[in-house]
Amino acid sequence: MSTSSREDLSAILGHFGPYGGRFVPEALIGALEELEEAHRISQSDPTFLAELAELHRTYTGRPSIITEAKRFAEHAGGARIILKREDLNHTGSHKINNVLGQALLTKRMGKKRIIAETGAGQHGVASATAAALMGLECVVYMGEEDTKRQSLNVARMKLLGAEVIPVTSGSRTLKDAINEAMRDWVTNVETTHYMLGTVAGPHPFPTMVRDFHKIIGEETREQVLALTGRLPDAVLACVGGGSNAIGIFHRFISDPSVRLIGLEAGGDGVETGRHAATITGGTPGVLHGTRSYVLQDENGQTVESHSISAGLDYPGVGPEHAYLHDIGRAEYRAITDAQAMHAFALLSKTEGIIPAIETAHALAGAMQVGNELGKDAIIVINLSGRGDKDVQTAASYFGIPLD
Amino acid sequence: MTALDQLFVKVRAENRAALIAYIPAGFPSQAGCHRVIAAFIAGGVDAIEIGYPYSDPVMDGPTIQAAAVTSLENGTGAQEVLAALKVASASVPAVVMTYWNPIERFGVTGFAAAIAENGGSGVITPDLTIEESTGWIDATDDSAINPIYVVAPSTKDARLAQVTSKCGGFVYAASLMGVTGARATVSTGAADLVARVRKVTDLPIAVGLGVSTREQAKGVAAYADGVIVGSAFIKAMQDAPSEEAGLAAVTELARELAKGVREGR
Repeated sequence: MSTSSREDLSAILGHFGPYGGRFVPEALIGALEELEEAHRISQSDPTFLAELAELHRTYTGRPSIITEAKRFAEHAGGARIILKREDLNHTGSHKINNVLGQALLTKRMGKKRIIAETGAGQHGVASATAAALMGLECVVYMGEEDTKRQSLNVARMKLLGAEVIPVTSGSRTLKDAINEAMRDWVTNVETTHYMLGTVAGPHPFPTMVRDFHKIIGEETREQVLALTGRLPDAVLACVGGGSNAIGIFHRFISDPSVRLIGLEAGGDGVETGRHAATITGGTPGVLHGTRSYVLQDENGQTVESHSISAGLDYPGVGPEHAYLHDIGRAEYRAITDAQAMHAFALLSKTEGIIPAIETAHALAGAMQVGNELGKDAIIVINLSGRGDKDVQTAASYFGIPLD
Repeated sequence: MTALDQLFVKVRAENRAALIAYIPAGFPSQAGCHRVIAAFIAGGVDAIEIGYPYSDPVMDGPTIQAAAVTSLENGTGAQEVLAALKVASASVPAVVMTYWNPIERFGVTGFAAAIAENGGSGVITPDLTIEESTGWIDATDDSAINPIYVVAPSTKDARLAQVTSKCGGFVYAASLMGVTGARATVSTGAADLVARVRKVTDLPIAVGLGVSTREQAKGVAAYADGVIVGSAFIKAMQDAPSEEAGLAAVTELARELAKGVREGR
């Protein structure tokens, strides 16, 4: 049954308490209903699930391993620190989980063209990869500012056959890339699937993208139980839009003893106003088709976010995080650029793992939480991406000459 | 009955379409916007839409995006939008067109009340779906203003009936799949869409997106109750060497379009 035939229209799926929903031009309703239906059917279709599982086994490299970070743990109050290694997935981050799922749905819906937005370039690279694998045309919108910060990923997308369109409107970052992708989608919706990269946007995206990432938490729970014999005390992840965090949190929501902690981008510090910590420093509002926390002014205009991490530099956040925050099931803290970069360097030097700068926010959070909980605690961190793309930014930050 | 409702009774009696002009508040400046409104009226427009500029206008093309940037740089907020509405509604039926978040931030009930207090007939909400409209419908009912929804060529018949059942004043029919902006030709999809909307509602139907010339206005007026023009007026202001020249061009364009909406049938 389609949503349009329900009697109680306010009972539409896709709400998380007061958050979520669908705030979009009427032109997109048909496509969202089609996608919602395709996703719903696929979730109980053994053929679809087997196809996706096979891709994850033979292409993504799932299950991703866990690594105990013993030397890093010395800087985190001596707690046991366990890293879920999404950085080892094909394309270097968790983003591949979602794009393979959405690419399969795109083919099922008979569409031949995908568009995507990207901030750091990880979702753009993943989308371009999935498009190459499945023979789809791919256009990636990327803020002009981000194409400069992440020029390596721009080249990767082009090598994969995607067209990268620099977006010059607004703050020239992720938010503006989403605006431009939505304009494309409104115009070309009949032939085009919008491969949104995070758990935000209009229903069904927050639910669908979560469903494609929840495998992270399902694997982690089993792996940690096998390694330690018990559930962890806390599960940590960085939060921009919030896809890797929801992915690892979801299986643990029904385990009340496990604290779920999201680390937002504090930029120069939340008190300076130059940050991207949407839950910590924002207010409820509507942005990009969903109701959630938003960085906005008194007139409801979106305020530009700031973060050293292009992937977290977004003034919105997924609606399920807003809900988990309000009901007290998850906690959200802000990590400054400086704290994140300290953790970035530390993990590199103590474990031989260079994390993405996004992920470094979660590592900095683990250093705080480890010190709070002490050495008997078990802390799991979603190591959502690897730092190859960030070498230039980090070299510049730490004053390492590049020639 | 709002002033807008009365306008459509009048133009139906005159067997013509209404000309509806759009300008964002605060463009090209606060006072400049008020002068554009005067230029609209001098040119004979029947109704005015005051745009509430928004930081993330996902339904707008480059022309209106640029005007929104200018307007926001000029410090436009709710008070400036309401001030422009008051100026426009003193002469012709006037409505506000806005993305949803500024309404939610202002307060849903208070916004509807403020529209009524400033003489406004209604609000066009292009990104508000009927599923999210419960509080808004109550608020517009209480303030006796028209909640105006936008429908698109991709909207299915069953949903057209649902959306238009919540709608007041007129139904805003987007002529094509895409963002705002002048087009060389008005999509033929517009006539089909209007015909489909006619089957499910008696409300007046106004067509927007892409209309910029007298000939196009004439063509649309053949089948629609209203012709909405936005980007073409903004472009006239942007392209003019001075504000004075821009205002003269706006009045001239309005005169031409006003002829067009009277020639369609």
